[in-house]
Amino acid sequence: MSGPSGLAPSPSRQGCAEITVLRERGQREVFCGLTGIIWLHRKIQDAFFLIVGSRTCAHLMQSAAGVMIFAEPRFATAVIEERDLAGLADANEELDKVVGQLLERRPEIRLLFLVGSCPSEVIKLDLSRAAARLSQTFAPDVRILHYSGSGIETTFTQGEDACLAALVPELPEAPLHEADRLLVVGALPDIVEDQFRRLFEALGIGPVDFLPSRSATALPPVGGSTRYLLAQPFLADTARALEGRGARHLPAPFPFGVDGTTGWLAAAAKAFGVGDAHLRRVVAPAEQRARTALERYRRQLSGKRIFFFPDSQLEVPLARFLAREMGMHLVEVGTPYLHRQHLAAEIDLLPGDTVYSEGQDVDRQLDRCRSARPDLVVCGLGLANPLEIEGITTKWSIELVFSPVHGYEQAGDLAELFARPLVRRDRLEV
Amino acid sequence: MQLTVWTYEGPPHVGAMRIATAMEGVHYVLHAPQGDTYADLLFTMIERRKKRPPVTYTTFQARDLGSDTAEIFKTAAREAYDRFKPQAMLVGASCTAELIQDDPGGLARALNLPIPVVPLELPSYQRKENWGASETFYRLVRTLAGPNAPPPGTPRPEREPGRRPCCNLLGPTALGFRHRDDVTEITNLLGLLDIDVVVVAPLGATPADLARLGEADFNIVLYPEIAETAARWLERTFGQPQVTAVPIGIGATREFVVQVAKLAGVDPMPVLSGQRSRLPWYSRSIDSTYLTAKRVFIFGDATHAVAAARVADEELGFTVVGLGTYAREFARSVRAAAETYGVEPLITDDYLQVEAKIAELQPELVLGTQMERHIAKRLGIPCAVISAPVHVQDYPARYSPQMGFEGANVLFDTWVHPLTMGLEEHLLTMFREDFEFHDEAGPSHLPSAAAETETVAPSSAGPIGWAPEAEQELKKVPFFVRGKARRNTEQFAQNMGVATITVETLYDAKAHFGR
Repeated sequence: MSGPSGLAPSPSRQGCAEITVLRERGQREVFCGLTGIIWLHRKIQDAFFLIVGSRTCAHLMQSAAGVMIFAEPRFATAVIEERDLAGLADANEELDKVVGQLLERRPEIRLLFLVGSCPSEVIKLDLSRAAARLSQTFAPDVRILHYSGSGIETTFTQGEDACLAALVPELPEAPLHEADRLLVVGALPDIVEDQFRRLFEALGIGPVDFLPSRSATALPPVGGSTRYLLAQPFLADTARALEGRGARHLPAPFPFGVDGTTGWLAAAAKAFGVGDAHLRRVVAPAEQRARTALERYRRQLSGKRIFFFPDSQLEVPLARFLAREMGMHLVEVGTPYLHRQHLAAEIDLLPGDTVYSEGQDVDRQLDRCRSARPDLVVCGLGLANPLEIEGITTKWSIELVFSPVHGYEQAGDLAELFARPLVRRDRLEV
Repeated sequence: MQLTVWTYEGPPHVGAMRIATAMEGVHYVLHAPQGDTYADLLFTMIERRKKRPPVTYTTFQARDLGSDTAEIFKTAAREAYDRFKPQAMLVGASCTAELIQDDPGGLARALNLPIPVVPLELPSYQRKENWGASETFYRLVRTLAGPNAPPPGTPRPEREPGRRPCCNLLGPTALGFRHRDDVTEITNLLGLLDIDVVVVAPLGATPADLARLGEADFNIVLYPEIAETAARWLERTFGQPQVTAVPIGIGATREFVVQVAKLAGVDPMPVLSGQRSRLPWYSRSIDSTYLTAKRVFIFGDATHAVAAARVADEELGFTVVGLGTYAREFARSVRAAAETYGVEPLITDDYLQVEAKIAELQPELVLGTQMERHIAKRLGIPCAVISAPVHVQDYPARYSPQMGFEGANVLFDTWVHPLTMGLEEHLLTMFREDFEFHDEAGPSHLPSAAAETETVAPSSAGPIGWAPEAEQELKKVPFFVRGKARRNTEQFAQNMGVATITVETLYDAKAHFGR
């Protein structure tokens, strides 16, 4: 690496050359944005997510989350019934009734999200008006916001984007003419958040806030003094909303692996006037530790060929980590949506001949995957076992969203997630 | 609108998927947005099926609405036919597509595919999964067997002398509760009676198999929720009588054998006279006396709930203190059974209501679905699962039917063991990815696990000290690996000659040892 603030681009690339993107339009095998509630409802501890949708939505949530939840979750579905559609019951009156029931049952809730679904969008149930109306009823105890997690508009992690974008107008105004403050955007596991907080403190960068905050009653301020770092690559709408509040984006690679984490911290360091030497001093021990942790997995992963099906939008940063730090070969990097601007730093670091695919036609993609015979396929839960039975080793992509994988201290864990299926395959004699 | 935390049944199109996935040579083209593809994982993950369900989702998006969603459907149906070459196709809409009213049936007809195409009308805002499965099976049977029906009123010809009696087994589906093993058990039982099975459907059947359903002498409906409608049509159309006894438990299995033998004209005694299950003896064995009058709460689909109540009452000597079902369509049988046990029937699909009832009754054993298993865990009550909705654990690797004589053995073991040993479940592995896992939120139902880690914590003080921040950081490690993390870190510190463990040491050790 040439230096902490300027990662060397991949040797086969010169600047921002054109990249090859296979655009697909066909059957998509991905979750809708409602699924983001599974981690968001645990991250914001006094928030509740009420999906206004169908039995299918409720069934999706328990099928996707069912194996993980054993306490009463802070989400539920207001299931639309025939009479809500037939106009016999005013859907808004019904919704008010359900919200009343819910808040009576869960008096500790301070923030309620009404979450739109495919059916609520198609019947044009106006959740923004409902949220405004209900906010008046339940103010000041409960704030009521809305966003759409519908599958006709959002794909998997875009649900978090829509949720955070809905939070942005609620953030308090940062005082004018104040010194710059850093905002880290994207839900992170608490332990990772604390690690980053310590690193920023050591760098002398502050104040630092995180969005979403752990409590809905302690939302971070935002304004012209805000410089923000994206911790996740799927936050296009949230970023736009923050820009609207005067915040300025710090372009950076995403904090996966050593390179990504250092590049990400370096972007903040540069913006906050931290010298390279100091940055190096602060990150060097953690970098070294992460490299030690990675070394073991590099032996298992290096030279292996990997194929990504589109899922969480984490695919491009993860491919960069695996290609650069683990020595893996990228067969295809599929992603539901390729945000050229937010991923610019990542694309610069990837080999120039990387094949990206955006969108999906799952049967054609499966054909490509089978004929390429990669060593490891990253895919959703619906595809994994059928591929395994064909002798193709897989890694469930959802685990990459549900595990702490950001930052130096998790770099080894991240690599291990990819190494484990290969190790397992080698071990088993049955 | 109904406030729903958990739901017992999926939407009706998931029921249709259970039929399509159970069969061979059938493809289902479902007009649906992308999120609905989650349903694939029910089959590939929960049931560990080796193939993707034979379902093509059109996955239309918001920008397609009002312009060309119908065209998207036609393209998807045409391409699905070309790629999968099914012998029959199901077409229909999920809840969202139902609202945009594209008429998948009409669109598919316009494609003139050279195979039977069965349009499904499954009203998502009124009906649920089991109804969807039943309706789909009925439509398929009618479409495929209908052309072979004799003219109405034709009496069923006598079986030729010398031909072995034969029947169909109807009802087993994909994602069913132990359907796979029940089919094996009942097929073997019929073999003992010298009765052949012509077709098992929908599980493993092809469209051609459905076309010859009329050949059998009679039908056995294993799961009325799925196959009763189709069996009634077969009875009307082909004059095939049906067996209605569901062979769960010793008494019900013996009744089933008698009914079947009568329809087949064979002697039931060879099967009835032998001792084919250990349940009667185990239940009479004196160590089982502690089971007497154990208070049991039963909830599930109607068939399994009613059967479980009878087994609990007559064959294990429990006292039924609550009985209910989430299946309103089949509530009548549950009401009747509840009356015989002198309890109020609980007919609801509201999970919270079931939870409240169990909490109020405080039974000693809950026989329910995966949902009641969660409730029972929270309340600290032993539980066994007797009915769908299912979970990966309901697909055991071992042979484990609910029906027939071996099924009775399984019931004895699975219902009695929780009482003796407590429900031993290894939930922890499921929560490994739950990064928010912390002691307060976590082990409400696993007090022993929490207690264990507490005893591990202060034991290894030794000469090495922990800085307060490091101790704090350690607490963020999930409790089930915390003990290991502590030991590893201390060992590492000792090797490195570190006197006080800091956060840095903790992570140095983590990097050193790996996972």
